[in-house]
Parts: sequence; C-alpha cells; structure tokens
Amino acid sequence: MKRLMGGDRKVTVGLVILAVMLLIALVGPVLVSLVLGQSPTKLHAGPALAGPSADHWLGTTSSGVDVFAQFITGTRVSVFVGLVGGTISTFLAVLFGLVSGYHTGRTGAALTGFVNIFLVIPGLPLLLLIASYTRGRGGWAAVALIIGLTSWAGGARVKRAQTLSLRNRDFVAAARYSGDKQSRVLFMEVVPHLAPVIASTFLFAVVGSIAAEAGLDFIGAGNTNTVSWGTMLYWAQSQGALQSGAWWWFLPPGLGIALVGTAAGLVNFGIDELSDPRRRTLRAGSRPKRRKVRRTEVAA
Amino acid sequence: MTRLLGTPFVQRIGFYLLAAWSAVTINFVLPRLMPGDPASAILFKMSELGPVSDQQEELVHRLFGGARGQSWWHEYVSYLNGILHLDFGRSISFYPATVSSVVKSGFLWTLLLVGSATVIAFVLGTSLGIVAGWRPGRAVDSVGSLVSIFLHSLPYFWVALILVYVFAFTLGWFPLSGGADIGVVPGFTPDFLNSAVRHAMLPAATIVLTSVSGWMIHMRNMMASVVNEDYVLLAQAKGLAGHRVVFSYAARNAVLPSISGFAVSIGMVVGGSLLTEMVFNYPGLGSLLNQAIVNVDYPLMQGLFLIISLTVLAANFVVDSLYVLIDPRTREAA
Repeated sequence: MKRLMGGDRKVTVGLVILAVMLLIALVGPVLVSLVLGQSPTKLHAGPALAGPSADHWLGTTSSGVDVFAQFITGTRVSVFVGLVGGTISTFLAVLFGLVSGYHTGRTGAALTGFVNIFLVIPGLPLLLLIASYTRGRGGWAAVALIIGLTSWAGGARVKRAQTLSLRNRDFVAAARYSGDKQSRVLFMEVVPHLAPVIASTFLFAVVGSIAAEAGLDFIGAGNTNTVSWGTMLYWAQSQGALQSGAWWWFLPPGLGIALVGTAAGLVNFGIDELSDPRRRTLRAGSRPKRRKVRRTEVAA
Repeated sequence: MTRLLGTPFVQRIGFYLLAAWSAVTINFVLPRLMPGDPASAILFKMSELGPVSDQQEELVHRLFGGARGQSWWHEYVSYLNGILHLDFGRSISFYPATVSSVVKSGFLWTLLLVGSATVIAFVLGTSLGIVAGWRPGRAVDSVGSLVSIFLHSLPYFWVALILVYVFAFTLGWFPLSGGADIGVVPGFTPDFLNSAVRHAMLPAATIVLTSVSGWMIHMRNMMASVVNEDYVLLAQAKGLAGHRVVFSYAARNAVLPSISGFAVSIGMVVGGSLLTEMVFNYPGLGSLLNQAIVNVDYPLMQGLFLIISLTVLAANFVVDSLYVLIDPRTREAA
C-alpha cells in the first residue's frame, strides 16, 4: 500500500480514468441504446429542457433529446479523434524532432527552421482555416488528420532538444562509429531514451486533439450533425441553454474534456518523476529508496 | 557588413521574415489544394449580393485560384503584390465592406484583451510557480499542482460559458456580451473606458483562469529543479536574504525556459481567446472568425488568418528579443 502513496497513486488514478473513458468510447454507445433504450439523436424522447431524472439521467435538450445518451455517444468521437490526432501529431513530432536534432549539417538546420516556423504560426487559426475549406467532409477521421498535421511542432521542439543532448553521449557515438546504420542508431539507441518524453507528448497530444476537436465543433467549423462533446456545446450555446439555466446540458461535455486532461496530467506526474529524479516530491519521513516506480506500470 | 549578417539579431529578423512569408504562402496554397472550388463559391455568393465587376472577379481568382488559363506563379506574384497593399478583397458576411476594414475594426479589441490578459496570466502564474516550486512537496505545492492541472485541462470556451452563466446571467454582476454599451460613443472618454473595461472583465478572467496554470506548472517544475543547484546553495550559505535568493538567484534562472517557450504557449492562448470572444460576442477577431465560418466567408477567413499569424509572429519576435536582455549568455554569443 505504501508504494501507492504520492506519485504512484496519482498515476494509478490517472490511468484508471483514462481506461474508463476508453471503455465508454468503445462500448458506451451500444450500451446506451441496448440497455437504457436511449438514442443520442431521437427528438422528443422526453419533455424539452427537463432536468436530470430517473428516465433521463442528465436531463434533456431543448428539443427533448436525452443528454446522457449524447454524452456517452459523444465520448466515442472525442476519444477517437483524440487518439488518432494524438498519434499523428506524436509521430510527426518524433520524426521531425529526431532527424532535426540528430543531423548537424544543412539538413538539420533546414529541418530545425521548418519546425520553428510551424512553432510560431498559431495552430488553432490554421486548423480553423483548413477545416473551413473541408467543411466536415471526410468525417471525424479527416478532422483527426488535420488536427495531427497542425499540432506537432511543440512536441518536435522538445524531442529535438533531447536528441541534441543525446547525440554526443558516448553510447550513441559508439554505435555510430561501430558502423550501425543511422536508422538503427536512432531507433535502438536514441528513441529508448526519449520514451518518457514521447509518452508525455502523446498524452498531451491526445488531450490537445480532444480540445481542438471540441473547439472546431463549437465554432461551427465541424459537422454539426455528428454527436460529439463539441457539437453538444455548440447546440447548447446556440439553443440558449445558458439563458434557460440548463446546466445539465453544458456542464457534462466540458467536464468530460477536463477529466481526460486531468487524468493525462496525473499520469504525466509519474512520467516526469521517472525521467527526472529531481522532480520527485518526497513526503516528510519517506525514504527515497522505498519509492520504487515500477517501469511496466507507467509504460502501460 | 558580412560581420553584421552573421549576428543573432539579423538571423532572428531573417527567421521571422521567413516565417511571415510561410504564413502568407500557406494562405495562398491552401484554397488551391482543397477539394471543391472556393473561388466559384465566393463569386456565386457575391453575385447574389450585387453586381460583380471584372476587377473584383480577377481579385477573387488572385486570392483563391480557379481562374482560366492563369499559371499559379502568375497568380502568386499578383497575390503577394495585393498583400503588400493590404488588399484582401471584399468580405461576404459584411458585403460590400472590404476585408481589411472589417479586420481593422476587430483588431484593437483583441489585441488589448488578449495582450493584457496574457501579461496578467504570465505574471500571476510565474509568481505562483515560484512559491510552489521553491519548496517542492509542501502542501501549497501538492494542492496547487492538482488544481492547476485541472484548470489547465478546461476548454477556454467552456469556462467562458460557465462564467457567463454564473456572473452575468445568474448574478448579473457583469454584462452578458459585447465590447461596450451600445449607447456609448467609442473614444478616450471616461464613460466609454468604464463600459469597455466592465465588458472585458469576464473574457479576460476566462483567459487568465485557463492560461495561468500553464505558466505556473512550467515555472514550478523549473524552480523545483533549480533549487537544488549549487549556486542557490551558495547564495544561501553566503547568508543572503531569503527573497534575494528566491528572486535574484533561483527564479531568475528558472524563468528562462518559460520565456523561450513563449511561442508554444502564446499560440494556445490566442487560439483559446478566439473561442472565448465568440461566447461573449466580443467585437474582436474571434467573433469575426466565427462570422466568417458560419457565412462561408473565405476572403474574411484568409485575412483573419494572416493578421492573427503575423501578430503572433510579432509578439514572438518581441519576446525573443527580450530574452537576449535577460540571458547574458546569448548576448556573449552575439
């Protein structure tokens, strides 16, 4: 039990929340329709703007749609966009970060310039610009792709800095001089040392993608007919949920996003402490030796 | 002359010019790569709103492509020429106003709102980070870290909705929306300033509340790793006053990454602020962006993207230049 104190407990809580969210995204929509018999799109399933009740756990919208069904179904789009967008973003970040940090010559300088340019051009306006041209074509996968393509620069910068410091270490130099192929040096020697940084980049890329998707839908640049946390907020705002005091309509989607973000932050605490011992926060009386972090736990 | 070319200052100017050119070029290439034909859509909408002269038609093709027999290169050169003269065509949602006049109307509102909110959030967040990171593991730190992670994950526009609901709608302390009372004439009069500040309170609070934690987490982590450095121990051993050790020794070094990471943070703050403006119907660039998206107003979108990107670039340039003043090591290299 003592091992679960402090940083480890935070990691556990974070991982549990993320796992539950993933589970909801996978089976939630089916459960809602089969077990509860609710639909996220059926109009007049109940009275308009009714508060939470036994029939409608999170009340209804202005057109009588069940909010709980919408929230659960919306989890799927949000989580899927988050995972796919986060994966694309992390992949690009690792690729550009590694190569621009590892090459010292002109290629490296050119790539670094490229990364820096994408770093200083603000992501969300670019995302909105592209999304306004595609106008919801291609569904959530296209949205995830656009988000991934516009959000990798911050992560690439972090990985570039790490690669720069790793490339001159003895073990990397040894691998290079022993004639290993460059791709082998990068993936067998450098990448394993970047693992904690890549993990935390991925976590925040997922959270960032979920927030970006919600923002796109909220501003009306997505497809307003799909059910996601963002479109829920879009309709809540445009149908005057605030003015009618329907808190059950606009609270859940935002809390869902915040919950995923907080969970990712908690897991990141553990990753930080694993990769940088100086960040370990010791509790009074606890000895550093007892706070062993099991590698497999965090890597999972 | 050759010596001047290699200096970091000139390099920095060169880099930002390159970045500005990239933003301008992305703006040119995107509508031409996208499926569908934005130019025809725009011309169709314009013809619904009134007669379209040949000159206007040519301008639309220059900005969005789709012209018969014109090469990209030819369009690109005339596009760049148009940008230099701030000629972005006419807005569709505010027809027949020009895009540059529409953008101009919202620019100052956003600049003042986002600028002041960002300065407040940076100062506040960094100070909180100093307090939390100076003694890592204390109650202030543990609670602060948890709260800041939660705040950091809240979507801007959702926080805006909550603040409107609680403080404007339910309690009635602040106006629901807008930038100033309708009857008040804009200008440097006490009436107008008073009204404008009252209207800006909630949007600014939204931006501060959601962005302050990012600065705080950053600063807290840097402080926590700096406090164990030898020079901090030395400063303490010399018997310097506590606040001098904290501010002049530890915090002064810990703040450097926050400033060099400004570009990443400001991009997110600006994005969030645009969505925040929408909720409050604040008369800035964010609300205009919303109008442009809802009305499929591509010319206005283009103009807004350019002005937002270029302003963020300018902000980054200023911060980059300040960094040299704070970190003497970069000055020596110069």
